[in-house]
Amino acid sequence: MDIIRVEGVAKSYGQHQVHKNLTLAIKKGECFTLLGPSGCGKTVLLRLLAGFESPDAGKIYIDDTLVSDVAHRLEIPPENRGLGIVFQDYAVWPHMTVFENVAYPLKIAKRPKEEMREQVMKMIDIVGMHGLDKRLPSELSGGQQQRVALARALVGNPSLMLLDEPLSNLDANLREEMRFEIKELQRKLDITVLYVTHDQEIGLAISDRVAVMNETGEIQQIGTPWEIFEQPVNPFVFHFMGIANSIEVRRENGAYLVGKGQQPVPWKSPEGDTAHWIAGFRPSDVQIARDGEGLRGIVRRANFLGAMMDYLIEIDGAHLRTSIETHRALSENLMFKAGDICTIRFLNLLWFEADKVKEAAQP
Amino acid sequence: MSSIKTKSSFGVAQVILFLSIAILVIVVAFPVLLILFNAFWVNDEFNFAGALEIIKEPQTFQALKNSLIIATGTTIGSTIVGTFFAWLVTRTDLPHKTFMKSMFLVPFMLPSFIGALAWKMLLSPNAGFINQFFIQHLGFTGPIFNIYSYIGISTVEVMYLFPFVFIQVCGALERMDPTLEESARISGAGLFTITRKITIPLVMPSILSGALLIMLYSMAHFGTVAVLGIENGIYNIPTLIYERIHQSGGSFDAIRTGTVLATVLVISAAIIIYAQRKILGSGHYQIIGGKSFRPMELKLRGLRMPLMIFCLAYIAFTIVLPTVVIFLVGSLKTYGLAFTFDNLSLDNYKFILFDYKVTRDAIFNSVTLGFTAAIITMFAGVMISYVIVKMKVRGKGILEFLGMLPFSVPGSVIALGVILAWSGQFGINLYNTVWIILVAYIARYMAFSLKANSAALEQVHDSLVEASRACGATMWQSLRDIVLPLVRPGMLAAFFLIFLPSLRELTVSIMLYAPTTRTIGVAIYTLNEDGETVISAALAGIALIIIILGQSVINHFTKKAGV
Ligand SMILES: Nc1ncnc2c1ncn2[C@@H]1O[C@H](COP(=O)(O)OP(=O)(O)O)[C@@H](O)[C@H]1O
Ligand SMILES: [Mg+2]
Repeated sequence: MDIIRVEGVAKSYGQHQVHKNLTLAIKKGECFTLLGPSGCGKTVLLRLLAGFESPDAGKIYIDDTLVSDVAHRLEIPPENRGLGIVFQDYAVWPHMTVFENVAYPLKIAKRPKEEMREQVMKMIDIVGMHGLDKRLPSELSGGQQQRVALARALVGNPSLMLLDEPLSNLDANLREEMRFEIKELQRKLDITVLYVTHDQEIGLAISDRVAVMNETGEIQQIGTPWEIFEQPVNPFVFHFMGIANSIEVRRENGAYLVGKGQQPVPWKSPEGDTAHWIAGFRPSDVQIARDGEGLRGIVRRANFLGAMMDYLIEIDGAHLRTSIETHRALSENLMFKAGDICTIRFLNLLWFEADKVKEAAQP
Repeated sequence: MSSIKTKSSFGVAQVILFLSIAILVIVVAFPVLLILFNAFWVNDEFNFAGALEIIKEPQTFQALKNSLIIATGTTIGSTIVGTFFAWLVTRTDLPHKTFMKSMFLVPFMLPSFIGALAWKMLLSPNAGFINQFFIQHLGFTGPIFNIYSYIGISTVEVMYLFPFVFIQVCGALERMDPTLEESARISGAGLFTITRKITIPLVMPSILSGALLIMLYSMAHFGTVAVLGIENGIYNIPTLIYERIHQSGGSFDAIRTGTVLATVLVISAAIIIYAQRKILGSGHYQIIGGKSFRPMELKLRGLRMPLMIFCLAYIAFTIVLPTVVIFLVGSLKTYGLAFTFDNLSLDNYKFILFDYKVTRDAIFNSVTLGFTAAIITMFAGVMISYVIVKMKVRGKGILEFLGMLPFSVPGSVIALGVILAWSGQFGINLYNTVWIILVAYIARYMAFSLKANSAALEQVHDSLVEASRACGATMWQSLRDIVLPLVRPGMLAAFFLIFLPSLRELTVSIMLYAPTTRTIGVAIYTLNEDGETVISAALAGIALIIIILGQSVINHFTKKAGV
């Protein structure tokens, strides 16, 4: 069953069209991540779902209730949508203690005092803030404030929680810790989570499903993290999903030749009769050797990065990078110097038409 | 459960916007427009030449010149004094700097016309205590200093206005990134060179902006010139407006001269405020960060003690001496008696507080007027600031423009404007009632309220309200539980920023008072004019006590609120 359905939603600010015809469905109970570069309209979408903005066109359903319908001028206000929301800047109320912050949704719902107290304390414990309930936000760290925001969003037992880049203001260590806690919470409390971020690592780490959005707010691909990572449907997703590497390939007399030279690509050929192609791969899909089968190249630069050796290799005018663990390089005689000859093989290659790659700007 | 949001909130927003615009139009824009209209519109036609004629009349032209002369003198003097003391208390090892700094801020709360009264008692050419002392005991043949002069007036104004520069420059010097100076020092520059080449240019915007503020204030300043100038025939723009309106009882010619002079003030104010915004917007904030640093301190060495004694002498002479004189004179049986123990008593204070109807009315009027004006202006200011800072409605631009007006309309202009607007020509006659003073106070102090409230509202990030909406709170519940508590310090600040100054207000109420609607300021001024010097001084003393008590309450509150 779908807990959110967005149908044909459009939203623009003045001349700037953020969403054109957005359609998206999120299943009950899943942790869904919307992944896209900064400025692509993620926050706008969340604000449309929450009811802080009204769409210019389209319909939005939450829990099978129509909450926004432009055609019928229907617009349920945010307070009646029953969502939990966590904002990027925490939005913890500075004049209230941790307890008062977390208790607010229940106070508004006029729950009995005893029940309220019990539930708030339980939630404060769950987010790991035991004993800090009397503190003011100014006496908390950024990570602790974010936990208060989480507790506040969760205390009313919402069926759906929206998170807008909740970790981007935290430092790297805390970010790692918190993202697993969010996942834990989602499992423990059995709620649906819609998480938006531009950080593909977080997206892949905690989600059941991921949607990738491009700069102009169009959804490019929806799937499990593994599907998106392994089978990106187009160059945009491919680039967005990681430190991608690519070489130019041209078609000549039915053969696919690397760069400006005459070596054919050792991989199955793409379909279609376009002349210029890009062969994409991840650094981990490149195998380097002294000799043997594969493309012949020259090591242009060798960088020692401690645990890793990083090589820049040229194959007939096309460049690629690969890295290999230093201890393996030592034991297998793969310590190259600039100017050395090497051979390259691929474990995996994805074909994209060169014209389309150029269109999709680098994320 | 469902509601048509676009429709209903559109209505509420429009109503609030309309109310805000209406308030500013009625209390500020309309009176100012009437002044411009009356200045240039004669016999159903636009008459610019006529306005010029009035300016060229000897008396009006002299008043314009006087305003300029006094303002220039005051500005130069205050800038030098303010910058020097600011540098002393932030950048040197002067002893007791914190104490000195708070003492230099005291003149902020002292009403300058009460100071002027004190200086009149001390330095008037014939009867001034200091002049008499020199003539009688030291064999001088004439007064050593005549306070009834340009220099006298400017000097007294400097004593009360220099904190404008002082506070701005102190702030700038305290926030200035010391690495800028340190890097100059590392590259071998001496402290004097650093001060001249780095420090001064960096704090220049603050100095200039403080100086412009003083210029504006002094040009439109009534009290000091009224007390010290009129005796010698020195009028500036506000005192001449007052004189004309007061003497003629509102004749057409007087009103017209008044409006032309007021127009000059409005234009000068607009130019000065524009210049100040330009200077403040010219980017010095990038160099001066928001953090507080520990700046480099200059060792005064041999000058340390002499400079400290100089500062203490300045404080004693400009703050303590006039205050003491006011209280002593207020305790005398009759003005002119010697300050012996027999001649001093608390009778005058008892008299004005309990028996004398004029002063009791005045105190009552000022307190109720100040309180009412502060309450109304505080709430109106919150609403208007809320629209300007937080709401997204069409037509907000008009309100933003109107919101700038209160900052650039001097008190005497407002007074003249409300006379034009509320004397019956438009169906409502408030003339000679307290209500006309109330309306004028609201207009005069709206700027304070807008400033304090919009500063507070800007701290309330939109997501705080959205978070409460998401928690199930309605718009009104969010306003009540989130917005109001967070802007309460701003509202409180606005209240006191209005209530305290209104207790000692003179410029506006002197133009608007009737026999039963005197304010404290008017009563002090008129009693003194009528030769009731001791009663007037006693009332001034009471006013000082009220103001100091009020200020202590504010300090207590702001400390508690952590502002
Ligand atoms: N209230 C607004 N007014 C005008 N433009 C807006 C507004 N909110 C968002 N935008 C624009 O919409 C685009 C998408 O913004 P947003 O959803 O915040 O991006 P992100 O994906 O980084 O969260 C941006 O180009 C932004 O400038
Ligand atoms: Mg965003």
